Amino acid sequence: MIGAEHLPVLQVVGPLIAAPVCSLLRIRNLAWLFTLAVSIGAFLCSIHLLQTVMASGPLVYELGGWAAPLGIEYRVDASNGIVLLIISGISSIVLPFAKRSFEAEVPEKLHSLLYTAYLLCLTGLLGITATADAFNVFVFLEVSSLSTYVLVAAGASTDRRALTAAYNYLILGTVGATFFVIGIGLLYMATGSLNMADIANRLADIEETRTVDVAFAFVVVGLALKLALFPLHAWLPNAYTHAPSAVTAFLAATATKAAVYLMLRFSFTVFGTGSGLLAPMAGTVGIPLALAGMFAGSIAAIYQYNLKRMLAYSSVAQIGYMVLGFGFLSVTGVMATTLHLFNHALMKGALFMALGCVFFRVRSVNIGDLAGIGRQMPWTMSAIVVGGLSLIGVPLTVGFISKWYLIQAALEQEAWWIVALIVASSLLAVIYVWRVVETAYLKEPVPGRTVTEAPLSMLIPTWVLVGANLYFGIEADFTVSVARVAAEGLVGAMQ
Amino acid sequence: MLELILDKYNYWVVVALMLFGLYIVISRGNLVKKLVGLNVFQTSVFLFYISLAKAEGGTAPILTGETELFSNPLPHVLILTAIVVGIATTALGLALVVRIRESYNTIEEDELEDLNIAVMKAEQSGSKGEAQ
Repeated sequence: MIGAEHLPVLQVVGPLIAAPVCSLLRIRNLAWLFTLAVSIGAFLCSIHLLQTVMASGPLVYELGGWAAPLGIEYRVDASNGIVLLIISGISSIVLPFAKRSFEAEVPEKLHSLLYTAYLLCLTGLLGITATADAFNVFVFLEVSSLSTYVLVAAGASTDRRALTAAYNYLILGTVGATFFVIGIGLLYMATGSLNMADIANRLADIEETRTVDVAFAFVVVGLALKLALFPLHAWLPNAYTHAPSAVTAFLAATATKAAVYLMLRFSFTVFGTGSGLLAPMAGTVGIPLALAGMFAGSIAAIYQYNLKRMLAYSSVAQIGYMVLGFGFLSVTGVMATTLHLFNHALMKGALFMALGCVFFRVRSVNIGDLAGIGRQMPWTMSAIVVGGLSLIGVPLTVGFISKWYLIQAALEQEAWWIVALIVASSLLAVIYVWRVVETAYLKEPVPGRTVTEAPLSMLIPTWVLVGANLYFGIEADFTVSVARVAAEGLVGAMQ
Repeated sequence: MLELILDKYNYWVVVALMLFGLYIVISRGNLVKKLVGLNVFQTSVFLFYISLAKAEGGTAPILTGETELFSNPLPHVLILTAIVVGIATTALGLALVVRIRESYNTIEEDELEDLNIAVMKAEQSGSKGEAQ
């Protein structure tokens, strides 16, 4: 019997083994049911893991019984426990939605292969998060990226632009991952180890060298490409716009989050003690780019006619908030980042799923086609309104919680001008959310078009996430306490 | 200066290949040529790992029972994984190029861009027209 001590690895191995099995299941409903079962299994695993970690500290799993630093180890603590929960949770909510959505957007014969790619993507994202081995991170990063390119390209049957979007994503994603692996190589050169904790120990013992600084720069630039930090975000809008709706919802809520987590992990626990570059890099590069991203993303979002692209640009802005919290290098700042990881996954997941419902009925997400749709699809549009309020950061939604802590982190540093900028960029979000509300509720419906509410199998998952937006916005004890433990663990490792 | 270049010639080769590769990715408009550039870029990393594993005068890491000086085998194993990843990326990239060629009938980046922009403009004006 497999005991609970194997849980840290099981949730990565489960989807990995399930993927080839899924490709053999040629009946699409069977493939879907199988994928859903595996995903829920991983979700239950990660709930149990997070509970254990919060109660009794980090869990370590040695693969094949080989102890670190020689063997590969998986280590789950509060900071990656919460990311595991986000990834597997969002996946389990998106999958019931994905069934009808894929049926409408992707040819039937591709379905079981699409679910296979989905499982591989899930494996990669969970693997990136759980592992404590630097090279293992690269391998899982590529597993998730390669399957993501396939998932994005699957949108080609509704719009051929998905192909060029996937190709550009492939080029930029590979450049990012290769930068990352150059950084790992330089780290290995300086320390002779690949285990994250071991690298940190050895870096503390050796003198600061340029090799380590260059390694840090390569790792940070590579990850910044993966997480779409402002000037390196070029792949994101097209990839999110042209991917199938369910894929966009899943990726927007998970993929960049895993990369942000990696940035935190490498900056604090790996390089924290060994590279003098962390503080200057976060202060003079991180914060300005985060602020620039907050404004550039929001302003670009205002001018989009395609709502999926609008939300994609808004993601660029929201990633700015996450990097901003990280840039403060304080416990409150990292707490705000961790909170926003969780909260942004809830709001973007809900919004992209609601847009998926719109696309399912209207076959378009262009703003001109949505005139008066608020009366025809009331539940879908109210989901978009609640998600939009959460994006803005209105109290009683999760967006408020993360902005509250972000502003507190800025006040701790007495950076009043940053507080003003956070509020100003939130006001920009009001503009693009209002445009949607205005078109959907205040304009006359397109004459001669009858649109009915989206099917329940798509509405219920959407509203589960919308409900989570409200629930965690009112009852934030759980997320805040996990984020606090995570932030203390990460920032504490630096001192 | 000359010594610095000659002593670390392996790293200079790596840096040169890295820059050539990246330059090709950025400057070429042909999608296949971009993938070739990406390959050159990745290959420079393979060489980098292999050259940092080399011990001067070392042999292949094979157990003979005698004490011998051998090169570090770990980076070789790591980079074998990275080579597989590189092959997968190239294969996927080429498959995408084939699909792009099928539906656009071109693999030149600027022509693809023009086609996509034309579609966007049509959508945007249609969208505005209906909104008014």
